[in-house]
Amino acid sequence: MSGAATAVAAGRRASAGAFLREKSKDPNAIAYTAMLTAAVLFAPVAQFVTGGNGDYLVSQAADCGVYVLLAIGLNVVVGFAGLLDLGYAAFFAIGAYTYGMLASNQLVSSPIGHGIHIPFWIALFIAMFVAAGAGALLGAPTLRLRGDYLAIVTLGFGEIVPRFFRNLGTLTGGVNGISALDAPRLPFWLDGPWVGGGTLGVSTDFRFTSGNPTAFYVLMILLLLGCVLLVNNLFASRLGRAWMAVREDEVAAAAMGVNTVNIKLLAFGIGAAFSGFAGAFYGAKLAIVSPENFGFVVSVTILAMVVLGGMGNIPGAMIGAIVLYFVLFKFLPDAPQQAIGISKSLGLDFLVTPTPNWPGIGEEISRMKFLLFGLILVLIMLLRPQGLLPSQVRKDEFTRGTAADTVYDLETT
Amino acid sequence: MIASLARSRVGLRSFAGSRLGNYIAIALLLVVVAKAAVEIVHRGLPYFVQILAFGIADGAIYALVALGYTMVYGIIELINFAHGDVFTLGAFMSLAMLPAFGLTEGHGFGIGSALALLGVFLITMALCAAVNVAIERVAYRPLRNAPRLAPLITAIGMSSVLEGAMYLWRGPANLHYPNLIPNPTVALGAHVTVGLKDLLVIATALVLVVGLTMFIGRSKLGKAMRATAQDRDAAQMMGIDINLTIAATFVIGALLAGAGGIIYGLYFNNVDAFLGFTAGLIAFTAAVFGGIGNIPGAALGGLLIGMVRSFNDGYFASEWTEVLIFAILILVLVFRPSGLLGMQVPEK
Repeated sequence: MSGAATAVAAGRRASAGAFLREKSKDPNAIAYTAMLTAAVLFAPVAQFVTGGNGDYLVSQAADCGVYVLLAIGLNVVVGFAGLLDLGYAAFFAIGAYTYGMLASNQLVSSPIGHGIHIPFWIALFIAMFVAAGAGALLGAPTLRLRGDYLAIVTLGFGEIVPRFFRNLGTLTGGVNGISALDAPRLPFWLDGPWVGGGTLGVSTDFRFTSGNPTAFYVLMILLLLGCVLLVNNLFASRLGRAWMAVREDEVAAAAMGVNTVNIKLLAFGIGAAFSGFAGAFYGAKLAIVSPENFGFVVSVTILAMVVLGGMGNIPGAMIGAIVLYFVLFKFLPDAPQQAIGISKSLGLDFLVTPTPNWPGIGEEISRMKFLLFGLILVLIMLLRPQGLLPSQVRKDEFTRGTAADTVYDLETT
Repeated sequence: MIASLARSRVGLRSFAGSRLGNYIAIALLLVVVAKAAVEIVHRGLPYFVQILAFGIADGAIYALVALGYTMVYGIIELINFAHGDVFTLGAFMSLAMLPAFGLTEGHGFGIGSALALLGVFLITMALCAAVNVAIERVAYRPLRNAPRLAPLITAIGMSSVLEGAMYLWRGPANLHYPNLIPNPTVALGAHVTVGLKDLLVIATALVLVVGLTMFIGRSKLGKAMRATAQDRDAAQMMGIDINLTIAATFVIGALLAGAGGIIYGLYFNNVDAFLGFTAGLIAFTAAVFGGIGNIPGAALGGLLIGMVRSFNDGYFASEWTEVLIFAILILVLVFRPSGLLGMQVPEK
């Protein structure tokens, strides 16, 4: 009796060990563990390393989270369902503007006549539904187009939406956008060293402000956790398999009884829903939305993040977003100052001083950002087109089944 | 929920293709035309002729750029995002070359200047062609058999590289392009005039487009291009050098885009490094409008888009022009994906 129990316990231990061993070889599991650890440790480490002045870094990490969220959403559309979307920033804009109009005094000067102030926690979901609705609305008539034509339609849509918001005048604040958006509020909040106060305690009526980026950071991490769980479940569901089937061969999928139109529409809507989340968070954190922030470059950046990370693989897209965010929004903006510092320490002061023919090394390097962005895109595709952390299916697409090597050899089987 | 989605989806599909859908589209178009007609009568004939001439000249420039998009798409099914920036590159290179050829603003424009300008045209077009072939060799050819997304992203990347290089070269400011061509007005009747520049732009573009169409239609290389566009593998089996033919397509596209860039500079006298992005998208819209892969279609689409631009700018609200153009892009793709002159082809 007791012998059997020990055997079961041993078996359990063995299976737990086997589980860990198996997982330790799975790159996705490693990536998730690493990201979760980094997410938990980032804020305290940043504060510790900078001696308590790390708010700037934590705030930037929360902004990075917006891009991670966007990459997760675009990965559903491009990676899972294989629908090429070149205007994803449009849904991001729709989410942000929805929050902007529902949580500011903007509508006072519009024909509506009084401002609307819906709490962030509700507006977050309204923004999500509005963005998803916009995705379905654009998708419904256009999803029967294939491949490039769909890419062109989404590109056109992505160009229209920011211009539309810019031209709507008092409703959306025109060129200036909407400012003074409401901050999210909580009825109570745990005080502690992380707020800068130092003492433990409970305060009431807490407001998320730019002075306290840790709150936004924690909110972002929670949002991401929820979304990753959701997307993983979707991917493993019947819907996820249908997306893959449609991506690989639409005709065959339809023949197998997959309702391709609905499946694609759902991919479009769900993908857009994530950018609605991201948009509302972005608006609440910056407290301003402007039509300039949602151009084609944003769409391309998100797409590049997904491709860099590994299309169709959720942790891949997230890592791609983090890496590219660091390069584009941390490394490149800091590079001019670094270059000035290096030139000065090397005694090359003449490089720093601007002359009529030479704008100074700092300015010169900051002017290189478009060139470098383009080179990054080209090099990713030429050197590692399957991405940093590719899904198994996609890895096979690049390495096997190309002209010389067939995936399945018909003669031997 | 899925079932109801399915029903609504079927409804939409049949609406887009139905008689009723067509009638509603035609009715809307008639309303717009009627409103435009009222505005046009109200503003008078001389204004109308000016707007028309501007629209055709503007459209001719877009047609030149659209041809490159349509040819490249026709042959390798790639939206060459860098094409719009090759157009800007034409303007930038010629701008740097003009003083060396003695072409500065304020001097008379005689036969010598015309020859010098022709020289600038030829050198710029050749340089643009070299750049475009290099882009094809480096960024597109290695990815010819990769999934479709890969070359699309390198195309966007090369577009950013070209913009970035021009930005690095000349800085963020708008550049003044010398106003070389005298612009006396040509009288067509009492009070009705058009600028000489408008006519020159239209004539140059017309010569280039007709020349290209004849080249594609009659020459051996043109035949090879059409064959490659139709079926690359079969063309290769017939002894056509695919790489050479595709490179030739990029050369011709760049020649036209480079010429378009110079014409743009001479016509508008103002260029900046990011000009090619929006201009490229609009030209691409023109190519889709006319029927992508179809050469006369791209020229027609360019003209129509130019007219839409100038009439909306001239009679209605200019801030909505780009929204209108991209809305046309979406509507064309939804209602008639093959464009105005394109043929319905089965998808591969």
